[in-house]
Amino acid sequence: MMNRWRVLKRLLPLMAGMALLLSACGRDDLSTLSPQGPVAQKQFDLMTLSISIMALVVVVVFAICIYVLIRFRRRKGDNTIPKQVEGNHTLEIIWTVVPIILLLILGVPTINTVFGLSKDYSKDPEAVQVTVTSHQYWWEFEYPEYGIKTAQELIVPTGRKIQFKLASGDVTHAFWIPSIGGKIDTNAGLGTTNKLYLEFPNEGVFRGKCAELCGPSHALMDFKAKAVNQASFDRWVAAMKAPVAMPADEKVKAAFESKCLTCHAIGETNAGSAAPNLTGVGSRLTVGGILYNDEKSVEENLKDWISHAQTIKPGNQMPDVSTNVKYGPGKGTTATGLTEEELDGIAKYLAGQKLEY
Amino acid sequence: MSAHDHQLDGHLPHEPEKATLEGRNKILGFWLFLGAETVLFGTLFAAFIALRHQTLDGPTPDHLFELPMVFAATMILLVSSLASVFAVQALHQHKVKQMIVWLIITILLGLSFLGLEIYEFNTYVSEGHKLTTSAFSSSFYTLVGFHGAHVAFGVLWIGLLIAQIFKKGLTVVTAPKIYVSAIYWHFIDVVWVFIFTVVYLMGKVG
Amino acid sequence: MAAHAHTVKRYRGLMDWLTTVDHKKIGILYLIAGGLFFLVGGLEAILIRIQLIKPMNNFVGADTFNQLITMHGTTMIFLAAMPMLFALMNAVIPLQIGARDVAFPFLNSLGFWTFFAGGVLLNISWFAGDIPDAGWTSYVPLAGPTYGGGHGVDYYLMGLQIAGIGTLIGGINFMATIINMRAPGMSFMRMPMFTWTIFITSALIVFAFPVLTVGLVALTFDRLFQANFFETGNGGNAVLWEHIFWVFGHPEVYILILPAFGVISEVISTFSRKRLFGYSSMVFATVLIAFLGFMVWAHHMFTTGLGPVANGLFSIATMLIAVPTGVKIFNWLFTLWGGSISFTSASLFAIGFIPTFVMGGVTGVMLAVAPADFQYHDTYFVVAHFHYVIVGGLIFGIFSGLHYWWPKMFGRMLNEKLGKATFWTFFIGFHLTFFIQHFLGLIGMPRRVWTYLPGQGFDTMNAVSTVGAFLMGIGTIIFVVNVIVSAANKKPVADDPWEDGRSLEWSIPSPPPEYNFKQLPLVRSYDAWWNEKQKRQRRNAAGRAGRTDPYAFAIDPSARHEHRIVRSGAGLHVRPSGRCHRRARRHLWQHVLPLRVRRSRLPHRA
Repeated sequence: MMNRWRVLKRLLPLMAGMALLLSACGRDDLSTLSPQGPVAQKQFDLMTLSISIMALVVVVVFAICIYVLIRFRRRKGDNTIPKQVEGNHTLEIIWTVVPIILLLILGVPTINTVFGLSKDYSKDPEAVQVTVTSHQYWWEFEYPEYGIKTAQELIVPTGRKIQFKLASGDVTHAFWIPSIGGKIDTNAGLGTTNKLYLEFPNEGVFRGKCAELCGPSHALMDFKAKAVNQASFDRWVAAMKAPVAMPADEKVKAAFESKCLTCHAIGETNAGSAAPNLTGVGSRLTVGGILYNDEKSVEENLKDWISHAQTIKPGNQMPDVSTNVKYGPGKGTTATGLTEEELDGIAKYLAGQKLEY
Repeated sequence: MSAHDHQLDGHLPHEPEKATLEGRNKILGFWLFLGAETVLFGTLFAAFIALRHQTLDGPTPDHLFELPMVFAATMILLVSSLASVFAVQALHQHKVKQMIVWLIITILLGLSFLGLEIYEFNTYVSEGHKLTTSAFSSSFYTLVGFHGAHVAFGVLWIGLLIAQIFKKGLTVVTAPKIYVSAIYWHFIDVVWVFIFTVVYLMGKVG
Repeated sequence: MAAHAHTVKRYRGLMDWLTTVDHKKIGILYLIAGGLFFLVGGLEAILIRIQLIKPMNNFVGADTFNQLITMHGTTMIFLAAMPMLFALMNAVIPLQIGARDVAFPFLNSLGFWTFFAGGVLLNISWFAGDIPDAGWTSYVPLAGPTYGGGHGVDYYLMGLQIAGIGTLIGGINFMATIINMRAPGMSFMRMPMFTWTIFITSALIVFAFPVLTVGLVALTFDRLFQANFFETGNGGNAVLWEHIFWVFGHPEVYILILPAFGVISEVISTFSRKRLFGYSSMVFATVLIAFLGFMVWAHHMFTTGLGPVANGLFSIATMLIAVPTGVKIFNWLFTLWGGSISFTSASLFAIGFIPTFVMGGVTGVMLAVAPADFQYHDTYFVVAHFHYVIVGGLIFGIFSGLHYWWPKMFGRMLNEKLGKATFWTFFIGFHLTFFIQHFLGLIGMPRRVWTYLPGQGFDTMNAVSTVGAFLMGIGTIIFVVNVIVSAANKKPVADDPWEDGRSLEWSIPSPPPEYNFKQLPLVRSYDAWWNEKQKRQRRNAAGRAGRTDPYAFAIDPSARHEHRIVRSGAGLHVRPSGRCHRRARRHLWQHVLPLRVRRSRLPHRA
């Protein structure tokens, strides 16, 4: 009796720890355990089903294991030879058949969901089409129906199916918004474009991540998915298409055009598309996907980014004020060498690029 | 003297290659090695099939391959396989000279196959079909080249074995080596039949 | 001529170790090399965990971190786990099947030195400054010539190619050994379970490694000769690499875990003094796992975009593996059931293996559910899963096997107190490190991230995980201390030090003489040595004298399967064969430079 209580007492902290763990389901905008859309919900349901079945298996095995270890441990001085059993057909059949039944219970909904989640809404006029192109280390979102391109921040309307077409501009990445739905790889090369649909029933901002090792800054290749209502989405599309004024200061304008627009694009001046589109960059939640604009102001974050891009995201394709690009196809691209004045001007200009929606 | 000792007092058994445990181990081990080789070529074939339509701006298989020459190479290799069968038959009858003659024929046919292949590759390169041209060309040269390397290795190996037979005679030590080299030669012959079908014939069909 | 003397020069000391073709010494060489690489890989793991102890840590930085994870994975799988398995294979298999050596002693030595050269080459990259950094899976285009600049990945390709050849040689050798070299009477269905699992593992090596060879050759050609296998810009296909890698890679995980199953079967059976429950179903399950292991590779690629049909099929195929694996788990539990279980360090590791491996197994089934895998894939959930099966399964198995066979390999016992301390620190440290990582993955932490932003709920769990990693490190250090202590201990060890040994290796001295068996044993049943001991005991109890020769097996008319074994014409004992004695003494240089020594002059006996 005493013995059992001691065992239980030892297990208590463990159980408390488990309970604590289970209650910590992570952030609502990040965790797969708090699904915020039907796709993640279906996946969560399968996860729950499989965890339940597997918990049953674990409990049975642990129970037998603990019983056996206590009941059949060798006592001091015990030198008897146990009966040498070859096997037991009934038992062996039971532990072959029962797992098969359990797997059937798991297998049928699995197959259903595999096909259910692979539906293609590319031809559905009700769905919003988004082309995702991944780059080291940023995300490009193109809306072919509206003729607009944005980066790092995916804006989608609630209540409609969002059909993604995904490919990579360089190495393999994986597109993942955990609380909305599972990931899919973005491959480079012909014939390996992937499709995925997601749904955002609730307004809000959800964190997205790259889930495939893609280089030094793989860990920092975050993006945001912002779900807004249909009216707001329409306003956003209109704002994205509105013309954009260049910096008023001639010196800043010259620097911006010669140092930034060779790769970046803003508004209709689509000089370059090798780097994130800057239209509306001032109203994004982050700079570079990881510098949060609610912690520091957009302008400060932009200044940090432009002057220290290579420190903030090691190995990315953007040279900063003093550092050359060290990796990838852009290797050797020399530092921008922006003066303090130009840097301030450009940061201020870009921070002012806000969209009303 | 030493050659004599290995013949069990002058008497070689009918199948000298299987007379000792070492011999049997060697043959079994070699079959297992060929199992691994099958997987190796299987993977090369898979890669080739996956990439064979990616010709980019380079020549297409239809444009490139000259079947009569490849067919001649196939025949040469098939006949060489037959020669190595006769060599093993001579081995079982303990006719050492006859065996060596057949082995030499095998080698000569292998060499002419290699000659044709080198000529063929040379022609392709001059037509702009290089290793670096396209995914098709890379997988083509790797697959066919791996086979060619196997033929070259076989020629070298059998050549060395002939030298060893001259030195040591046919014994329970040398017989298993001759035997496994014959299995090896048949194996690369079979691989070539698949290359002929999958690379050349299917390349012509499209 | 008449003397038939074999005048091979015998080396001593270091030269003897460098040139040995004795499987027992090669086993020890594998253990030393694998152990060293295990320490290197472990150190890399500790550095990884220190980097991740807190958010936005800059302990090693992004570049070094990617190099660390790549080298940690590659080192642990190819240079630590597999060599340590080869150590056990070499030390035990010929003894278990009653053979005097392996089928190809020279190739055995060649295989070891090839592996070692490959491993050293891979690790030279640390000193050369160009270190592989594309992950142990080396996915293209990241590992290709365009994005993987420098020569880091080249070290990976060359190192693995060379080490892989060594492994392949070993696989062929052990298959041939087990097929051809078994003692008289040892039919396939009387082989010890460890021998069975090594047989199947060797078969997997033979059929899986050539796939890797081709993959490595193709990527090498891409990188060094501008070929276009995986160059997506020139018609190459990056997904093809994933297929090739995993067609090899999935059987590879069974290559790793099956021998652990074998070790556990032996240890549990010995320390519960019971015959392995359901031996034939164990054998069948092993074969089935290996067979299915070849048709599930695409479950590593559910998110690659192969389409619902492929994902569905590979889901179901993967789940099926749970059935034979479950059979094994229950067979172990019912071997313990009704037994007389003693808790030595070896059996603690084996018993700790069961629940741990079950946890790794069930998360494996969860990962097989393709739609759910879209959430788990490439997150810390997967990291937790494969560490549960590889560390909680394989490494526990290796530790168990080392504690179990150490007296046989070295003629010295490991200290039991230190052994138990190793177990508890390593076991607790392991669960502390990896259990929590399941949840890290589920709440959204991708794997292979060198750092993470604060405020995402990852901070505490990562810190706990790092503490666990240190505990595992302490466990490993205790084991090393134990090895040193045992080396200093000069007390000789009995032939059957656990007293409950069941298979033939326990019937000969510890460590065994160079030729292993003075007389080849005649095997009359499964658990041959155990049954002999029981018979002797019965005979002694009946008042008759036991046999004087402790190594010879007696014929007992009451033995089961009696009718099946009288196929050896050799009578009671097989004559000691001069051939094997000679071969055991042959050394490496003799094969490399055959002209320097006189050739054998003995006639070969059939």
